[in-house]
Amino acid sequence: MTDISLTEPAALNVRAATARKVGVGDARFRLIAFLAAVTVLLIFAGVIVALIGGALPAIRAFGLGFITTEAWRPAREIFGALGPIYGTLITSAIAIVVAVPVGIGIAIFLTEICPRFLRRPIGIAIELLAGVPSIIYGIWGLFVFAPWFQSWVQEPVIAATAGIPVLGTLFGDPAYGIGIFTAGLILSIMILPFISAVTRDVLEAVPSVLKEASYGLGSTQWEVIWKVAIPYARTGIVGGGMLALGRALGETMAVTFVIGNAHRIAPSLFAPGTSISAAIANEFTEATTPLYTSSLIALGLILFVITFIVLTCAQLMLRSMEKSAGK
Amino acid sequence: MAATKTVANRGLYFRRRLTNMIFIILSVSAAIFGLIWLAFILENLLVNGVSALGPHLFTESTPPPGEKGGLANAIVGSLIMTSGAVIIGTPIGIFAGTYLAEYARYGRLSFVVRFVNDILLSAPSIVLGLFIYELAVRPMQHFSAIAGTLALSVIVIPVVVRTTENMLLLVPNSLREAASALGAPQSAVIQTVTWKAAQAGMITGVLLAVARISGETAPLLFTALGNTTMSTDITGPMASLPAVIFQFALSPYEDWHDLAWAGALLVTATVLTLSIIARLLEKKQRN
Repeated sequence: MTDISLTEPAALNVRAATARKVGVGDARFRLIAFLAAVTVLLIFAGVIVALIGGALPAIRAFGLGFITTEAWRPAREIFGALGPIYGTLITSAIAIVVAVPVGIGIAIFLTEICPRFLRRPIGIAIELLAGVPSIIYGIWGLFVFAPWFQSWVQEPVIAATAGIPVLGTLFGDPAYGIGIFTAGLILSIMILPFISAVTRDVLEAVPSVLKEASYGLGSTQWEVIWKVAIPYARTGIVGGGMLALGRALGETMAVTFVIGNAHRIAPSLFAPGTSISAAIANEFTEATTPLYTSSLIALGLILFVITFIVLTCAQLMLRSMEKSAGK
Repeated sequence: MAATKTVANRGLYFRRRLTNMIFIILSVSAAIFGLIWLAFILENLLVNGVSALGPHLFTESTPPPGEKGGLANAIVGSLIMTSGAVIIGTPIGIFAGTYLAEYARYGRLSFVVRFVNDILLSAPSIVLGLFIYELAVRPMQHFSAIAGTLALSVIVIPVVVRTTENMLLLVPNSLREAASALGAPQSAVIQTVTWKAAQAGMITGVLLAVARISGETAPLLFTALGNTTMSTDITGPMASLPAVIFQFALSPYEDWHDLAWAGALLVTATVLTLSIIARLLEKKQRN
C-alpha cells in the first residue's frame, strides 16, 4: 500500500489532471445530451420550414383561394384543396362518432363489468391491436369490408332512403363499396383499440373509495359509472379522444385503400372522395409539374396545421389531468 | 300517505333498475360489437395470409404480373432501412431522453422539447415523409434508401425519447445520490447507474419504435419509392414490405393480391412479436 502525500507536487499534478480529464468528459457528455434534445426541436422546426418552403409556389399561385377551391385539374394546373380537406374532416368525424361510444363501452365493460379472469387477456389483446399497422386495416377494408358493406349495407340503405328528402341525398347512389363513408368506418375500427385502451387506463385511475362511497349510498352500477367514474375521468377521456382524432386526421393507409380517390365533394356520403393524406400518397410520385408537387406539399402543410391544433389541445388536457392527479 | 310514498319509491327504484340494466346491456353489446370486428380482421388476415405463405416468399423477388415470385427484395429492403433508422434514431433518442430526465428535468427548454416531442410522436407520418422529401430527395434529385431511412428515423426518435425519459424517471433518486456521494461525476452516474437500472425499459422503447416503423408505409412511398429487383445500394430506390403491400393490393392481379396478404401477415406477426417482447421487458422494469 502506498501513501499518497498531499504535499508532494507530482501527486497533486496527477490529481489535478485526473480531475480535469473527468471534468472535460463530464461536460462533453452533458453537451451531447443537450445537442440530442436540441435535435428534436430542429426536426420540428425543419418540418415546418420544409412544408412552408415546399408549399410556397402553390401559395403564390393560388393564395387563400387554394383552401376554398374544389377544382383539382392537374392537366390544366388548377389545384384546390377543398375536396381533400372535406374528405379528411368528414372521415375523421365519422370515425370519432362511431369509435368513441363503442370505445367507451369497451372500457366500461373492461373496468366494471367483465369477469375478473377475462380482464387481463382482453385488455392485452386490445393494447396489441392498437399497435397493428394501419396498412393492415387498409388492405382488409379493401378486400373484405368494402364488398361486404356494398351488398349488405349500402344497397339496402340506398333503397330504403330513396325519395326521403335529406337522408335520400346523404345516402344516395352509387353503391361502389368504397367511398367516404367506408373510409370513415375503417378509420373508426382502426382507432377503436386506441380509444378503448386510453379510456380504460383513465377509468382504472378512478379511486375505488369514490365508487364504494357511491355504492354505499345505494347507487346502481350504471349510476356509479355515469355519475362518479366518468365525470372523474372526463378530462382524460376527452384528451384521449382528441389524440385519436389526431390519428384519424393524419391517417394515410387505412384511408387511401378505400376512399376512392376522387377530387370532388359529392352530396352522398357513399360516394368516392379523397382526403389530404390519400391525395398525397396516391399522387405525389405521379406529380409531373413543380406546381403539382407544391400543391400536394401545401395540402401536407394544411394537414400539419390541423393536427397540430388538435394534438396541442389533447396535450393540454392530458397534462391538466396528470396535474390534478398529483403527478 | 305512507302507502303512496312507498309506491312512488318503488316506481323510482324500478326505473333506476331498468336504466341500469339497459345501459349495462348497451355497454356489453358495444364491447362485443367492437371486439368482433377486431377478431374478424385478424381471422381474415390469418386465413388469406397463411394460404399465401411459403419458402418462395423469402427466396424470390417480387414478380411481374402473372409470374411466380416472392417478397425477398422487399424483406431485405425493410430490414436494411429499419436497422438504419434504429442506428440513427436510438442514440439521439436516448441522449435526448437522458437530457430531459437527468440534466434539466424542470427546465424551460425541457418543457418545450417534451411538448414538441409529443407532437412529433403523433404527427401524421406522411407529413414527416414530405419533410424528408424536401430535405433529402429534392437535393439528391432521386429517390433513395437513405431518404427512406431518414424518414423512418424521424419516427423512431420521438418514441425512444418518450420511453427513455419515462423509464429514467422510475429510477429512484437514492441510487443517483449514492453514486454521486462516492464521487462519481454526473456522466458516470448516468452511464453506470441510471442507464443500467433503466436498461430493460429503454430496450422496450427501441423495440416499440421498431414495431412502429416496420408497418410504416406512407413516408416510404416518396422517399425510398420501391424497387422490383433485389438491391442493397442505399443511394438508390429500395423496396420495402409495406410499400409492396400497398402497390400489390391496389393492383388488379390475383397473384399480387396473394403476395400482399402474405406481406401483411409477415408485418403483423413481426409487430405483434415485438410488442409482446416489449411488454414483458417493461413489466420486468416496473417490478
